[in-house]
Amino acid sequence: MKEYFQNVWYGLFTVFVGMKVTFKHLFVPSVTIQYPDVNIKLPERERNRLYVNMDDCIGCDQCSRACPVSCISIETVKSIPGEDLGKTSNGKKKALWVTKFDIDIAKCCFCQLCVFPCPTECIYMTDVFEYSEYERNSLVYNFVTLSPAEIAQKKSNFAKLEAEKAAQKAAAAAAPPPVKPAAKTEDKP
Amino acid sequence: MIIYDFLYNLVYSLFQSALVSNIVAMTICAALPLIFVLTFVLWAVLAERKVSAWMQDRVGPNRTGPHGILQTVADLIKLLQKEDIVASENDRPLFNIAPVLVFSGSYVVFAVLPFSFAFIGSNIDLGLIFLVAASGFVVPGILMAGWSSNNKYSLLGAMRSAAQIVSYEIPTLLVLVTIIMITGTTNLRTLSEMQTGYFWNWMIFGGPGLSAAKFLFIPFMFIGFIILYISTLAEVNRTPFDIPEAESELVSGFHTEYSGMKFAMFFLSEYANMFAVSALVSAVFLGGYQSPFGYIGNLIHVTWLVPIEQFFWFAFKGVFFVLVQMWLRWTLPRLRVDQLMALCWKYLIPIAFVNLIIVGLITVL
Repeated sequence: MKEYFQNVWYGLFTVFVGMKVTFKHLFVPSVTIQYPDVNIKLPERERNRLYVNMDDCIGCDQCSRACPVSCISIETVKSIPGEDLGKTSNGKKKALWVTKFDIDIAKCCFCQLCVFPCPTECIYMTDVFEYSEYERNSLVYNFVTLSPAEIAQKKSNFAKLEAEKAAQKAAAAAAPPPVKPAAKTEDKP
Repeated sequence: MIIYDFLYNLVYSLFQSALVSNIVAMTICAALPLIFVLTFVLWAVLAERKVSAWMQDRVGPNRTGPHGILQTVADLIKLLQKEDIVASENDRPLFNIAPVLVFSGSYVVFAVLPFSFAFIGSNIDLGLIFLVAASGFVVPGILMAGWSSNNKYSLLGAMRSAAQIVSYEIPTLLVLVTIIMITGTTNLRTLSEMQTGYFWNWMIFGGPGLSAAKFLFIPFMFIGFIILYISTLAEVNRTPFDIPEAESELVSGFHTEYSGMKFAMFFLSEYANMFAVSALVSAVFLGGYQSPFGYIGNLIHVTWLVPIEQFFWFAFKGVFFVLVQMWLRWTLPRLRVDQLMALCWKYLIPIAFVNLIIVGLITVL
């Protein structure tokens, strides 16, 4: 019997305690961030859209091989001797023309595994996350800085070089081997 | 009452026909509560979302119009242009009639609410009993909705709702009988008229007059007020008693399968019901349309201002209790269905009975 009245009192009392708490919360300022009017501050090392600084890229293909979803595709072409491709920011000379550097950002899983193997730290993650497009193909980013004409030129240069080398080899193979000088028997003094 | 007579005389002076004036006056009088309900719902939906947001430290709708004012309009337009889906296995007649019944049950109660001295939809001498009886219209409506949805969750929701509404009618009626015993009338307008004067004449403080009985009544009136508030909260399926439409348990309970305008009917009827029971509680216990401290109209001798003030007080009290209902929604966790039944049958009904007996004894002595 006593428990009955205790239950009643307890029930009512706790309801009022709860109501007091909720009432207090009416006057707590809201914690909502009004995106997109207000920009959210992102943490320091967060991983969003990739960026490649082509001036530093040496075409080593390490990032493409590290990518677990194969979203980076790289094609390079050797430069002919005597050409100056410039230096990376480390001071090393570049030796390869990068003719294709595509990142399919739709496939990218933002794991950052491509960032670490890069010897010149030219590929890194930026803090850009608002990059939706209307077409899926617009999400394939092309990073090469050479124009198609230049790319064609570099490729043809390389092809010519290869052709010359192949011609030289063929010529060397076709020509008679050089006569070895006869082993001179010398009197032993 | 006054508005009806006024309109009747106005139209009669224009058309000189009793029939036409009667029809026009009655139509306008019947449409006024509808306008009130629609305006109220327009505000209440937004208020619920805003108040719930503020209580949860967030902002609520603020993109549609300044501070989200046009949110309900946007909701309404969205619901109007939705496709009206009736699944092939649904019982078509029942499915279609259910929202109509539920809305009529909620709306017909507005006929007897005393909005002010100048306007009451229908001055029935059995106002209180009519109110409780007519709000029982929603029970078959909900059962129809749950059954014809051909969906086990809807059916469960509907059955629980029927059990809940029917069992919570009993404490409601018991408390109302207590009031009837004290005041001797079931006419809601007379009830509100009796609580005239200042706030100490309200029923919750024992009723008008200044007798020993009045002071003896006070604790029992408070108990009765709490019981009435809790049981009417359960009648409108409002948290913590919203098992029938428990969002996290039964998807949407009995109105899961409804889309578009029919869902809007359920939605509308829930908010209309909320106001109706808040108005009932305030009419019976807190003085209906009477102001707690005299009328400004009387003070400055502008007598036509008084009914407007009364309407304002009525709306204010109703809206206040609606806000308390919203407050409770975000405070209390939902009751399990067996706890709900236990609360009604084991706690509310015995206490209401004891209340009734003691008040009866006091009135006799």
